[in-house]
Amino acid sequence: MIAETGLAALWLAAALSLLQLLLALGYSRGAMGGPAVARPIAITQGVLTLLSFAMLIAAFLRTDLSVALVAENSHSAKPWLYKFAGAWGNHEGSMLLWVSVLAVAGAGIALFSKSLSERMLVATLGAQAAIGLGFYAFLLFASNPFARLDPAPLEGRGLNPLLQDPGLAFHPPTLYLGYVGLSVAFSIAVAALLTREVGPALARAMQPWVLAAWILLTLGITAGSYWAYYELGWGGWWFWDPVENASLMPWLAATALLHSVNVLAARGGLRAWTMMLAVLAFSMSMVGTFLVRSGILTSVHAFAVDPQRGTFILVLLSLYIGGALALFAARVGTIREGARFAIVSREAALVANNLILSVILGIVLLGTLYPLLVEAVTGEKLSVGAPYFNAVAGPLALILVGFLLIGPRLRWRRDGEPLLGRIAIPALIVVGALLVSWIAAPQIGLLPRFGLAFAAALAFASIAPLFGRNLKRAPLSLWGMVLAHFGVAVALAGMAAESAFTQETLAVARIDDRLKVGPWVVRLAKLEPVAGPNWTAIEATMRASRGEGAVVLKPQTRTFTDPPTQTNEAAIHTGFDGQLYAVIGRQDPNGRWQVRLWWKPFVTLIWLGGVLIALGGLLALVGRQWRQRGVRRRRREAEEWA
Amino acid sequence: MMARPKHQRLVLVVLALAALLGAVLLAMWGLKDRAAYFYTPSDISSAAPNRAMRLGGMVDKGSLTHDPDGVTIRFTVSDGVARVPVTYRGIVPDLFREGSGVVAEGSMVSGAFVADNILAKHDERYMPPQMGDLAAEHRAAKTLKR
Repeated sequence: MIAETGLAALWLAAALSLLQLLLALGYSRGAMGGPAVARPIAITQGVLTLLSFAMLIAAFLRTDLSVALVAENSHSAKPWLYKFAGAWGNHEGSMLLWVSVLAVAGAGIALFSKSLSERMLVATLGAQAAIGLGFYAFLLFASNPFARLDPAPLEGRGLNPLLQDPGLAFHPPTLYLGYVGLSVAFSIAVAALLTREVGPALARAMQPWVLAAWILLTLGITAGSYWAYYELGWGGWWFWDPVENASLMPWLAATALLHSVNVLAARGGLRAWTMMLAVLAFSMSMVGTFLVRSGILTSVHAFAVDPQRGTFILVLLSLYIGGALALFAARVGTIREGARFAIVSREAALVANNLILSVILGIVLLGTLYPLLVEAVTGEKLSVGAPYFNAVAGPLALILVGFLLIGPRLRWRRDGEPLLGRIAIPALIVVGALLVSWIAAPQIGLLPRFGLAFAAALAFASIAPLFGRNLKRAPLSLWGMVLAHFGVAVALAGMAAESAFTQETLAVARIDDRLKVGPWVVRLAKLEPVAGPNWTAIEATMRASRGEGAVVLKPQTRTFTDPPTQTNEAAIHTGFDGQLYAVIGRQDPNGRWQVRLWWKPFVTLIWLGGVLIALGGLLALVGRQWRQRGVRRRRREAEEWA
Repeated sequence: MMARPKHQRLVLVVLALAALLGAVLLAMWGLKDRAAYFYTPSDISSAAPNRAMRLGGMVDKGSLTHDPDGVTIRFTVSDGVARVPVTYRGIVPDLFREGSGVVAEGSMVSGAFVADNILAKHDERYMPPQMGDLAAEHRAAKTLKR
């Protein structure tokens, strides 16, 4: 019954989305039924998909093996958290999550977007429904999560052990909320182009959605990076894996959009450009979905899928992206010119931000797609990895940070101050930090060295907009911007420090042998078997010390039976100045154990920075909503008086 | 310095196009010598030395030896036609074993492949596509030899 309820709810939601689209089409031709009908439909649709998703979770929690998806991806002996989160640890379940977020975002527009005009609201919901329809069709016809299996097997096949981690409960839903939350910006842009209402009002409606989606994307990417760091046991925090790139690309586009939508809302400028970015951001989400869900990539994220599904998503993708771009091309002439600005102004700095982010996006996109293109054309197989992305995107990211050193202090429209005065202090910090690093650490590479110097300058420059202001009266959104930019400095410092100062030891050890890594001496104290709910492991106990005191690290090699797999569980000690990271390998023929140790100074700053960036976004979101509410209330009061 | 509206829009369009072109040129420059091509033991002799690449094939039975340092291994990879010696320093993935498929990342250094990373298949459902093709080719090569 559970599966049937879920499936029925999904069909009903799909039918409502068709109705929502038809309503929008009719309304634009003068038919009856505006927001009064569209709103409840959108909300009901959101509730139905949530119901459907809840049914899938229920089937997983009960390990209902007559549901094919559960039988293939779950196991009765799994801890409940992984039964629960396992609902989206597979192709069909994650697509259902995707569609649910899309429908819930539609319901969110219906509930919260009060500043949209009636025509815009109906058109936005129509666009949202049009996207939804395609993905409902994909779910119902090509990836039904509720398909039954008859006869039901006695036991399920289990979940990939790499995914059996608390990270699975947090990382995918957060990322999807961000990914698919960008659909709202896409729909609003499409609606604005259709109704010819491109202007600051639409930017104000779009702003909170972009910001919220961007915050969640930031958190999702940060969480995913830390998860990969501790789970894979490779000691790295970003691998330029195509699937990572698939989440980075929407983030880059959303970051650009976030800044340009501010220009449009505050100054009325960058109209066409913002529309373009809104279309681009969600397009990147769909490209990402295609890359991950089509099965053309190699990754833990790419659950084995049949090629038909890839074609299905590719068709949807070209339809939506192509359609939106064609609409943009047809209507771009009708978009009124925005407010103008001088070459030295806040707007111009934001244009630079947008252009550089777009170039980085292009470089990541081309690098990610290149292997697919080459194989399609010549049949040759190749892979593009860190050497390409670091060498090409790294320096550009530093140039972007360079603009960030001065941009936020510039005035809107035209900056009167001499530019030299704006640049002087950050430039001095960069030069000073470069000199210090050359003397203190002559061996480190060029990119990390500049990274450290720029991070130092940015840590100062990011709080500069607060100077000379009454801090109590500074708006919350200003604090948000300062915090987010400071977070960039923190993350950059972590990345540069990790790359410049990481020390590694790879050796074999017997019990009581000592190994050195960085300032640490690590003693292999003992090895013993341990057992978990659905795995057994060999656990090493290592005592690490530098100077006085010792910390204990317990890395494991785990063996899972369903499916039969081994994983390395790294052990990590976090100190204020970095992390000690230990992995235990295999026993060599002489009875010694392979041990891999890393000392990574200040690596935690990477994720701390990510969290600060997201928190900054949250402050800006809350601050802006607060102010908008105040504006609306005052307007209402003024109307009542009049 | 304030640009006239028409003028400003034109400037922005030109900038956007320049950025697009810049991205493509930068990417092409970067990809020219940073993409790692995939080779099998039969065609790796044609590969340039000291360039990042991937080597795929089967680990020959009985070829795996351990160096005294305990963390360096040597083995040969074959595709049924040719074989290549490989050295690797590090902890091998769990499903790496003799007689099964492997994809190694690294470069050719004086006739031997020096790997800095070894990818082995996880299980049937998480097998890299390249390895699937390889298994098929391997079977085909074997039947041909018979």
